[in-house]
Amino acid sequence: MTDSTTQLPVAVIEKQIGEFLLAKTKMTWEPEVDLFASGVVSSLFAMELVVFVESTFGVAVEGADLAIDNFRTVRVMSALVTRLRGGGDGA
Amino acid sequence: MSEAQPVVKCLIWDLDNTLWKGTLVEDGSVEVDDAVRKVVVELDARGVLQSVSSRNDHDEAWARLEELGLAEYFVLPHIGWGPKSESVRSIAERLNFSLKTIAFIDDLPTERAEVEYHHPDVRTYPAEQADALLGLPEFSPAVVTVDARRRRQMYQAGFERDQQREEYQGADEDFLRSLDLVMRIGRARDEEITRVEELTLRTSQMNATGVHYSDADLRALLTDEDHDVLVVSMSDRFGPHGAVGVMLIERTPSAWHIKLLATSCRVVSFGAGAVLLRWLTDAAARAGAHLVADFRRTERNRMMEVAYRFAGFTTAECACLAAFSPPEGTECLHLEAVRQDAPTTMRVVAPDPQHAGQEADWK
Repeated sequence: MTDSTTQLPVAVIEKQIGEFLLAKTKMTWEPEVDLFASGVVSSLFAMELVVFVESTFGVAVEGADLAIDNFRTVRVMSALVTRLRGGGDGA
Repeated sequence: MSEAQPVVKCLIWDLDNTLWKGTLVEDGSVEVDDAVRKVVVELDARGVLQSVSSRNDHDEAWARLEELGLAEYFVLPHIGWGPKSESVRSIAERLNFSLKTIAFIDDLPTERAEVEYHHPDVRTYPAEQADALLGLPEFSPAVVTVDARRRRQMYQAGFERDQQREEYQGADEDFLRSLDLVMRIGRARDEEITRVEELTLRTSQMNATGVHYSDADLRALLTDEDHDVLVVSMSDRFGPHGAVGVMLIERTPSAWHIKLLATSCRVVSFGAGAVLLRWLTDAAARAGAHLVADFRRTERNRMMEVAYRFAGFTTAECACLAAFSPPEGTECLHLEAVRQDAPTTMRVVAPDPQHAGQEADWK
């Protein structure tokens, strides 16, 4: 992480993800709560999550990163974003 | 696989001097030619959806369509004063159709040019071509199935369902539970094959390979011991959704190979694809088999990739993959299947492999 301008504080990332989830599910999600524990997540919701993360934070989620465990909670999503952004913007 | 122009899935009509003769505001009363009326009725019977994009007062124009007995044929009418390219975009988006499957008919060259400028993929037709549309290949689906004939009603029920979903004050999953969704998975019978073939032709977003299996290919596999052709249909308290999915599976002792998995865009928001994958994962786990899925990226099927990946499929190596040689440009995704719980959002009725394939609730 050499370029500090690409850094986004975790709190900001988690807040944006939280707002998206609130709009989509009409529920507030604590950072560690499993989004998918209650049942089957629709492919559409999964797709919306992936597209939201990619477009909001300017990252591409591909290959092995495209796994449910990277989207399970607000916290792990924000960790994924931080890691992908750490590789350098647009890289 | 055919590269021909896709069949038109929705035709959007202008009203003044296109659907009817004259201009409603100026002429007061306008009439529809019998030839044009025949086109509307016949396209509907062929399963081509129809909509309206017209510059008029909405209430007046819609009242006239009702008097003419034609209103019921049109879904998502856009009657107002905005640009037509915007109506076309909005209709395609609501229907979840690619613009490549949308057609637009209007007497004014400027309106057609405006739509073409913003959406080069949309096919446009001048009004004088209206009575010739039935003879064009893009308006002539190769087969017309039961589902095609009632497609408009299924979409109309869908819009009503969507509206209730939007107004629902609570978690979306609770709304889904309130629908009494039932998914039926069964071995395709001979007469269902045309519906399956149609589904693979119409489905682009949730098609794992973009490969088209012909009627003859699928029929040949019905009697093949190593292959299962499974048809998925759904219903809820608003009515039937018809055939909404198809799976083609080749079974070997160590792995089940998903050669084709396609679900209709109408049921994507119910999580139909994810439920199907979970059911199959559970069935494979009971049989002690791994799952292998062909995946070929197309412009529109990323949702399918996300569905596979979220179901746990990876590109990891496994000895079971040696038995398969995917076609050029196709990835092999792999999953070591483990038992899965049935979903809480819908009832799933499927052949029970432990009981000679008799239908049973997945529990």
